[in-house]
Amino acid sequence: MQRSKRFDLLAQRDINKETYVEPWPEAGLIVADSPYDPSPSIKIEDGRVLELDGVTRADFDALDIFIATRALDLDIAEEAMALPSKDYARMLADINVPRAQIARLIAGCTPAKLTDIIRHMNVLEMMMGLAKMRIRRTPANQAHVTNWREHPALLAADAAEAALRGFAEVETTVRVARFAPFNALAILVGTQTGRGGVLTQCSVEEALGLRLAMKGLTSYAETLSVYGTEKTFVDGDDTPWSKAFLASAYASRGVKIRFTSGTGSEALMGRAERKSMLYLEARCLLVVKGAGSQGVQNGSISCIALPEALPGGVRAVLAENLLASMLGLEVAAGNDALASHSSIRKTAKLMLQFIPGADFIFSGYSAIPKRDNLFGGGNFDAEDFDDYNVLQRDMQVDGGVRPITEAEALAIRRKGARAIQAVYRELNLPAITDEEIDAAAIAHGSDDMPERDIVPDLEAADAFMAGDDDFVAVIRALQKTGFADVADNILEMGRQRIAADYLQPSAIFDADFKVQSAINDANDYVGPGSGYRPGGRRWREMQAIPQAKSPEGFVDPHIGEPLSRLLEIGPAAPGRQREVVLALGPAFGGALATTIGGLDHEAVLEAILTGVASEGMVARIVRVYHSSDCAAIGYVGARLSGSGIGIGLQSRGTAVIHQKDLAPLNNLELFPQSPSLTLATYESIGRNAARYALGLATAPVAVEIDNGARLRLIVKTALLHRRETDEVCPERPPVELRFDWEPA
Amino acid sequence: MAETKGEYPLRDSVADQLRAHSGRPLGDITAEAISAGELSGDDLRTHADTLRRQAAIAREGGYPQLAANLQRAAELTDVPNEELLKIYELLRPERASYDELVRLADYLEATYGARENAAFIKDAAEAYRERGLLRR
Repeated sequence: MQRSKRFDLLAQRDINKETYVEPWPEAGLIVADSPYDPSPSIKIEDGRVLELDGVTRADFDALDIFIATRALDLDIAEEAMALPSKDYARMLADINVPRAQIARLIAGCTPAKLTDIIRHMNVLEMMMGLAKMRIRRTPANQAHVTNWREHPALLAADAAEAALRGFAEVETTVRVARFAPFNALAILVGTQTGRGGVLTQCSVEEALGLRLAMKGLTSYAETLSVYGTEKTFVDGDDTPWSKAFLASAYASRGVKIRFTSGTGSEALMGRAERKSMLYLEARCLLVVKGAGSQGVQNGSISCIALPEALPGGVRAVLAENLLASMLGLEVAAGNDALASHSSIRKTAKLMLQFIPGADFIFSGYSAIPKRDNLFGGGNFDAEDFDDYNVLQRDMQVDGGVRPITEAEALAIRRKGARAIQAVYRELNLPAITDEEIDAAAIAHGSDDMPERDIVPDLEAADAFMAGDDDFVAVIRALQKTGFADVADNILEMGRQRIAADYLQPSAIFDADFKVQSAINDANDYVGPGSGYRPGGRRWREMQAIPQAKSPEGFVDPHIGEPLSRLLEIGPAAPGRQREVVLALGPAFGGALATTIGGLDHEAVLEAILTGVASEGMVARIVRVYHSSDCAAIGYVGARLSGSGIGIGLQSRGTAVIHQKDLAPLNNLELFPQSPSLTLATYESIGRNAARYALGLATAPVAVEIDNGARLRLIVKTALLHRRETDEVCPERPPVELRFDWEPA
Repeated sequence: MAETKGEYPLRDSVADQLRAHSGRPLGDITAEAISAGELSGDDLRTHADTLRRQAAIAREGGYPQLAANLQRAAELTDVPNEELLKIYELLRPERASYDELVRLADYLEATYGARENAAFIKDAAEAYRERGLLRR
């Protein structure tokens, strides 16, 4: 077969590095609506569920038992199941139906019923649903902070920066499990340096995670994984009851918990039982709810590439976020693990959570380089910080972060690193050197850090884990070493642990260290004019990216002394000789001194006149006052010209060759891409105008095409044009100019 | 005064009524007390009464399952760390016999007054027996 050059190019594109597969329900490779998914049903007798989604009581598996006894509101179940699924779908998309009205009924819906509702919804309707059903009014974001060196100073610096950037939660994990207490400690100290009230966790094996929480090193845990089939659950060495007990154990220590589920895990573990990913996720979510977890991280998490390999995968991920919100669970919506090679695809997917907003839009925005991400690479990384801030600014959508300056970042990174250095010194842990602090302050990632001997670190971590030191010792160490503010923040986290307000659904701490949850910040969206929308201080903060310049800054470099060699000598009269008339914009050589490309107006004039003279032609110069429009200026020149040929020239450098018999907006040659024009081009413009005046056959001037110029320079173009327009005098006729110049 | 959503957040509205697990009033949890070495981890842990209060707030807010979890959590505040980890281990698949789970439930109730947890573990024992999740 012939090879198409276009297909050859397409094959190289990032999108074609992905894997795509056709659905195979028998293997669980289907995101929604497997032919083997059950139909919704429930039978209740004497307060006992006798049938659930077509399965009778005798055949219930552990999940069915748990859901039937702990998750479903049996008082409402019959009413809820009787309402057609399409009615639920319509209520979810209808701005006039408030959240509470839907949530009341959803409490009685079985997994198959939940899945059946989604069948009727497209992504736009689901986004409307998510905007309304999300339980916390204000959206937020979570960061992942890890590094492959597991360097404490770098962890603290990155955590401090993430906190300053506005992330409400920061999660770390380990490469070597024994590092867990130190990584948790570095993240704690780093975040509380950046902003008091950031919740932190260290993702490790369940029992170890609980121990870290007991030491006060973490304030939340989200690694309580649940699965949609009994066999997968047991393969994960847990049951719904063991997980629920763990949830209570964490809460008893004042630790916020969030379960983890998400499409694809059952298929990946070979135990999908021919069910669709979404149906299994609905079962997971009811287990999560029944266990009394305040929330869930779903959105496929580390399995994301599997639903994305299948048709409808991204839609199903949004569906699972929506289902969790409908059930009254806080949702950390995924977008964490590397989901695509393609920037277009990963960003498009993000929009489904970003635009409606989620409790946490990411369950881990990788606030570090991809290479340092120990969760398996982020879908958005530190390299994408500026892109993400611009997305917020573009859409006036609160993505839960804020822009910071380089100076702020350097200062907070250094402080975070110095704080963990001080803690290590006070607690007699292996020293962190000043050289390591200096490196961490300016580092992008592990590659920028000096080698560190990890053997003593690991031994110290073991001893720390076994010993009695906890976050009280950390607070004291910070107090002693001049970090009273950081100490106070960790102490306040301890007081908040006593008050336990952050155990309520979807709790975070705001910029003032005040708890914000579905109890005191309940989502009240019912369409335009309601719900959360960023305004006031927050919107100003989102706008203030350091890259944004003041408008004056665009024009100032183009202002200079008026050209002393260019003199007005009286009203411009029509010529009768063979000539070219060069008509200038009202600010040319006066209010403005250079073109958008930085060429001096004086040099541009000389170039054009040189070109005209090269064909033995004479030129007259006039200034147009009544218009700043390039075509109008050129047309005046043509009408005044004895040959009927004129050149129009705006101050920013845009030029036109005009002829008096053409329509005003027509032309012989137009040079709209002023930034690309060189003095040589202007000389050619002068020469061509002269040749037209002589009636000679003329090839148009070749100009370099730069399609990016408009993108880069449109603001400057607009502002220079505005400056020229300021000089317009509508009643003032064109003026003859004299330019003190002789051909060389 | 009834425990209501109106009290939320407790940190702001009823700070004077809150105590740490150790019994120390929240107001005594100060930077000075820490630097004087007067506080331990138990002074920065939550008290069962506070968790019950939060449970009531969750129930009133429309989160009954979370409320039940916080009730169970309140009962577990007095259970030592190592014991909590052991109970969790016993509840994992195929770790305990039916009788062991029932005995565990009775022990928790007798020792810590953990009625809700006892009922919860007995429920688990029934389900595990039915689904073959007990120790073989």
